[in-house]
Amino acid sequence: MSKLSKDDILKLARLARLRLSDDEVEKYQKELSEILDYVAHLDTVDTAGLEPTYQITGLTNMTRKDEVMDYGVTQDALLKNVPNLDGKLIKVRRMLS
Amino acid sequence: MSQWRTIQEEATSVATGATTAVANVQKALALIDANKDFQAIISTLSDRALQRAKELDEQIKNGKAAGRLAGVPFIAKDNFLTFGGETTAASNILKSFEAPYQSTAIEKLEAEGAICVAKANLDAFAHGGSTENSDFFVTKNPLDLTRVAGGSSGGSAAAVALELAPFALGTDTGGSIREPASFCGIVGLKPTYGLVSRSGVVAMASSTDVIGPLTRNVEDAGIVLDVMAGKDPLDSTTIEKNPDGYTLGATPKQRSPKIGVIKEYMGDGVDPEVKRCIERAIADAKNAGAEIVELSLPSLPLALAVYYIVVPAEVSSNLSRYDGQRFGYSEKDAATLDDSYELSRSHGFGAEAKRRIMIGTYVLSSGYYDAYYKKAQTVRTKLCQEFAQAFSGVDYLLGPVTPEVAFKIGANSEDPLKMYLIDIMTVAANLVGIPAISIPYGSAQDMPVGLQLLAPQHKDRELLELARWFEGIKS
Repeated sequence: MSKLSKDDILKLARLARLRLSDDEVEKYQKELSEILDYVAHLDTVDTAGLEPTYQITGLTNMTRKDEVMDYGVTQDALLKNVPNLDGKLIKVRRMLS
Repeated sequence: MSQWRTIQEEATSVATGATTAVANVQKALALIDANKDFQAIISTLSDRALQRAKELDEQIKNGKAAGRLAGVPFIAKDNFLTFGGETTAASNILKSFEAPYQSTAIEKLEAEGAICVAKANLDAFAHGGSTENSDFFVTKNPLDLTRVAGGSSGGSAAAVALELAPFALGTDTGGSIREPASFCGIVGLKPTYGLVSRSGVVAMASSTDVIGPLTRNVEDAGIVLDVMAGKDPLDSTTIEKNPDGYTLGATPKQRSPKIGVIKEYMGDGVDPEVKRCIERAIADAKNAGAEIVELSLPSLPLALAVYYIVVPAEVSSNLSRYDGQRFGYSEKDAATLDDSYELSRSHGFGAEAKRRIMIGTYVLSSGYYDAYYKKAQTVRTKLCQEFAQAFSGVDYLLGPVTPEVAFKIGANSEDPLKMYLIDIMTVAANLVGIPAISIPYGSAQDMPVGLQLLAPQHKDRELLELARWFEGIKS
């Protein structure tokens, strides 16, 4: 039983930049442990001699000409959704407290 | 009584002047308005749709070519980036997001004159099988308001079953087109991975996401696929389309297909009444000249575990872009950049998104990557091999889509794992990249049952022809 501890959950949350309430930590602790238990039975499967399949197209190194293509996307359209815009600059909070 | 004829008939109707694009758009918007109780639609794109319709009508009036789908309205799942309104992915983190460009699939349909009139509800970020994970509301099943329409393309499936428009677009990462199509009694096609560009569709799991049509009949699905399919410079995982295209045309091909029944999909976990519908399909096929064999793919029971490692891993990566800085919800009360990231994401994402992000983060983290993610992708290789082996002996595979019919709203929502188990028969096709389709085939407990047909990679046209054959022989 891969029971995740409260610390495990808090560590995952930190890696994923999520901030959880105490209730959420408890809830996810239980749910994630169950889910991980279910998927853990894969470790009994014999995969000797097999390579992983990361994608199934069989395509490799798809290239295109190094040319600028105009798809009609404007700067204004791209900046329209920015929450904190200063002219054309994206404003962010200070990094250090 | 049918609201819309077939896609071809609707297109001809506009082209010959029997009706106008504007009339079609107005009709679709009226139908959407009249069916609000089902909660299939998040938003309409009325202004832009009417504007485009007017332009198309003008073009047609002046004798100019307006595209093979000119004036045919459709609905897109709200994870397709579209102009004229918002794209939310049914998530609070993207509420009021206005797309700066459109998905290639939408562009291709518009180039042929089709008109997107509305955005359909989904489980937020396509995480789910019932739209109960939508941050906004649950889509009800058109045949029973107390039951789910399925998901994650639940809104799209309900919209087609309600005939709000002749067709809708969905995405299928683990069954999200096929399952709701099955629950709502319509056709849902999951094409070969890479056949339709994913550019401009909110990414869930990049190695399994596909775009596909939801329609009322197989021929319509072929036409929509035909328009959308093909290599796209904006998506380097796209593949060439079949030079014969996917429009089936009038003459069905002569058929004596060899079909394998997947033993692992016909086990004890399947509702006996659902199984009976599939058995009826098998009997119909035999009577019509098909050769049916029973096949075993012994690694199939592992597919769900592979899926729930690989997909959350890819989801955690794809959702890392929602950080409150360049787009989407941004927490106003954030002092530092870290606060901004954490609070924007925590307040913007729903519970299922957080669940999947954390599972994904766990299986990719140092010390666990080999045991989980790499192991899962290696079991994926086993699955690919078993499917290849199966297809060396038969042309197609069949089975149910889900173990049960559309469940009651709330029945599975307290238990994430129980919800995941509904996907048990659909995920394998995504992991190995093959095309699969759900077509309505009878009912159980007064709710529709879908028959799932699968074909080898790149055999989408053949799969559509088989599906149409089944439509014709259904007893």
